[in-house]
Amino acid sequence: MTTILQPDDATIAGMSEPARSRATRRVRGLSDRAIAWLFVAPTIALLLAINIFPLVWMIRLSFTSLNLSMSYLPLRFVGLDNFRDILTDEDVWFRLQTTAQFVIWSVALQVVIGYGLALLINRQFRGHSFWTTIILLPMMLSPAVVGNFWTLLLQPQIGPFNYVISLFTGVPPSSFSMTGQVALAPWTIVIVDTWMWAPYVMLICLAGLRSIPDYIYEAAEVDRASPWRQFWSITLPMTVPFLMLAVLFRAIENFKMFDMVNLLTSGGPGSTTELVSITLKRAAFEKWRTGYSSALAIILFVTVFGAANIYVKALNKVKQR
Amino acid sequence: MSGAVVTKGGVSRWFRRGPWEAGAMTLIGGGIVMLVQPWSIDLYSYSFVTILAGTVGYVIVSHFPE
Repeated sequence: MTTILQPDDATIAGMSEPARSRATRRVRGLSDRAIAWLFVAPTIALLLAINIFPLVWMIRLSFTSLNLSMSYLPLRFVGLDNFRDILTDEDVWFRLQTTAQFVIWSVALQVVIGYGLALLINRQFRGHSFWTTIILLPMMLSPAVVGNFWTLLLQPQIGPFNYVISLFTGVPPSSFSMTGQVALAPWTIVIVDTWMWAPYVMLICLAGLRSIPDYIYEAAEVDRASPWRQFWSITLPMTVPFLMLAVLFRAIENFKMFDMVNLLTSGGPGSTTELVSITLKRAAFEKWRTGYSSALAIILFVTVFGAANIYVKALNKVKQR
Repeated sequence: MSGAVVTKGGVSRWFRRGPWEAGAMTLIGGGIVMLVQPWSIDLYSYSFVTILAGTVGYVIVSHFPE
């Protein structure tokens, strides 16, 4: 860093050795390293305050019996009891299975539809940019907006969704409720999530399709490979890493899914669509079991963190390609 | 001198990142399957420990040499 203040040499020469050293250090200003720290410090302070401190506090609370509706009681250390309660609780186990079913079906549909759309858009037909923008619109909406928007669409009396279904099936529109029936509600959240996130899978697949060099297809044409053969031998194998990336990312996101499902069904009817994130919310803010819900949050955090490690590894493989 | 080289080579052969990372990722994946499978509550009970071991293991082995 350049000197910002230059005292005259006679003044420094007249000082004792330690005082001279201090004065020299002061006048030279801040080092590059110190300035770097100065710029990074606010971010680190914010991260510590917003991310690290709550996480450490939550870990601490997970070993206690804190119940916020009875916060006047002294905080009691219960060791691993909360974890034991959760990991032997059949209700939580069923909610995790519901979450897994939601993840599997929604990701499978998103991959099939997203990949199909990517193959279509990759054909570069007339107006493909316009259609790409239209297809990407749902992904750009907030999950809260999507939740409210679909709640209206799915209304049995006034929503157009039931009328469209009745056009094809002949079933009276008000005779069924997509969000209110046990058999239909899980499919409703899968359909809405697929509608919203298939475009994202399409984008990733499109990146994979555009990374395949043309000369490979030209060589296949010379060898008289059929389009079907080209798809199975060139297109699909070369886009598999991108598909893996999309699957992992969507699986992690859907495992944490809360907002859209909470707005659409609130976990109902009964607990048919109660994902584990909704169980967590209920334990924390309806039953006020803070210690228990902190332990559940840690279990989910470690699960997502572990899956994210695999995701990052897959991402690096795609980058190296 | 040559003994030290053999020992170093032996250590680096054992602590290569690739296989250990694969093992840790298998542990994480297996733990996640144990967490959400519908067949055995015992598997569910041990799922968190498995995921935790895999995750901590992954963080450690990702610092091994290539």
